[in-house]
Amino acid sequence: MQSTTVMNHRSEFIQGLQVGVSIAIGYFPVAITFGLLAERTGLTLMETVMMSAIVYAGAAQYMSLSLISAHIGAWEIILTTFIVNIRHFLMSASLNEKVENDSIWKKVLYSFGITDETFSVAAVRKETVTTSYMFGLCLMAYGSWVVNSGIGHVVGGNLPLFLQDSMGIALYALFIGLLVPSLKKHRKIVVLAALSAVINSFFVFTGLLSTGWSIVAATLCSSLAVEWFLKKYKQRVRKDD
Amino acid sequence: MTSEIVLIIIGMGIVTYIPRMLPFVLFSQLNLPEFWQNVLKNVPFATLGALIVPSVFLIREDWTFGAVGAITAFIASYLGANVFVVVLCSISVLCLYSLYF
Repeated sequence: MQSTTVMNHRSEFIQGLQVGVSIAIGYFPVAITFGLLAERTGLTLMETVMMSAIVYAGAAQYMSLSLISAHIGAWEIILTTFIVNIRHFLMSASLNEKVENDSIWKKVLYSFGITDETFSVAAVRKETVTTSYMFGLCLMAYGSWVVNSGIGHVVGGNLPLFLQDSMGIALYALFIGLLVPSLKKHRKIVVLAALSAVINSFFVFTGLLSTGWSIVAATLCSSLAVEWFLKKYKQRVRKDD
Repeated sequence: MTSEIVLIIIGMGIVTYIPRMLPFVLFSQLNLPEFWQNVLKNVPFATLGALIVPSVFLIREDWTFGAVGAITAFIASYLGANVFVVVLCSISVLCLYSLYF
C-alpha cells in the first residue's frame, strides 16, 4: 500500500516536471533578456541570479531594472513590485479551491512557485492538482527562470535578434494552448476570456491602470459579471417554471 | 555586490511572496459561499484572456507579428496539439515569418 503511494507521488511529480517543460521553454527568452538587461543596468552575475531566485516574477524584475537605472529609491521599487504582483493573490485564492488537501506547510512552500504560467497550467488541469504535481511543475519553471537569467547575463547579447523576437511568442502560445481546449467545450469560458480581454485592453490603451492592476481588475470584473449574470438567469428560469 | 541592491532584492522578494502565499493560509479552514467559489473557478479563464490580450499584439511595434504567432497557436491547439507542440509551432512559424518579412 505504502509503495503504491510513493509510486503515485513520483509519477505525479514527473508529470508536473513534464508539463513544466513548456513553461521552461517559454521562460528561456524572457529570462535571457532579463539577464542581458540586468548586465547592462550594472548588476553583477550574482545579483542577477539572486533576484531571479528570490523575487521570481518576470514583469516586476524588468520594471525594477528600469527603476534602478533611473536611481529610484528602494521603497518605491518595492512598492511598485507589490502592486505589479498583487494579482497572484487572486490566482492563489483560485488555486486553493482546486488543489489536493494537504498540510498547510507544503502549500505555503509551493505557493512560492505560483506565476501566471504555473497557475494557468495547474488551474486548467482536468485531474486533481496534487502536491507532488505542483512541486514538479513549479520546480521545472523555477529552474529555467533562474538558470537562464544567469546565462542571459553571460551570453545574452549573442543570441540572434530574430530568434529572440520569435521566442517572445512562447508564453502567449502557452496561454492560448491552455485556453483553447476549454473554449471548445463551454460557451461560458469564451465569454469569460473575451470579456476580460476587452476590459484589460480598455485599461491598457486608456492608460487608466498599470499592467498589474489592469489584469486584476479585468479578471475580477469578468469573473463576477459572468457569475452574477448566470445567477440572475437561473433565478428567472426557476421563476418561469 | 552593493548592499542597496541586495536590500531591494530581499524587499521585492517579500512583497512578491506574500500575495502568493496568503490565500492558502487565509482560506484553508474557511469555506467560502458557493457564489464566491464559482467566481474563483472563473478566475483562470478570465486571467488567461487578460494575459493574452492586448499584450500578444504588442510584442513588436508591428502588431501583425504577434497576430501571426497567436493565430498559429490557436489553430494548432484547436486541432488538438498539446501545449508543448503549440509553443514550438508558434515559434517556428514566427522564425520563418521574420526571415521572409
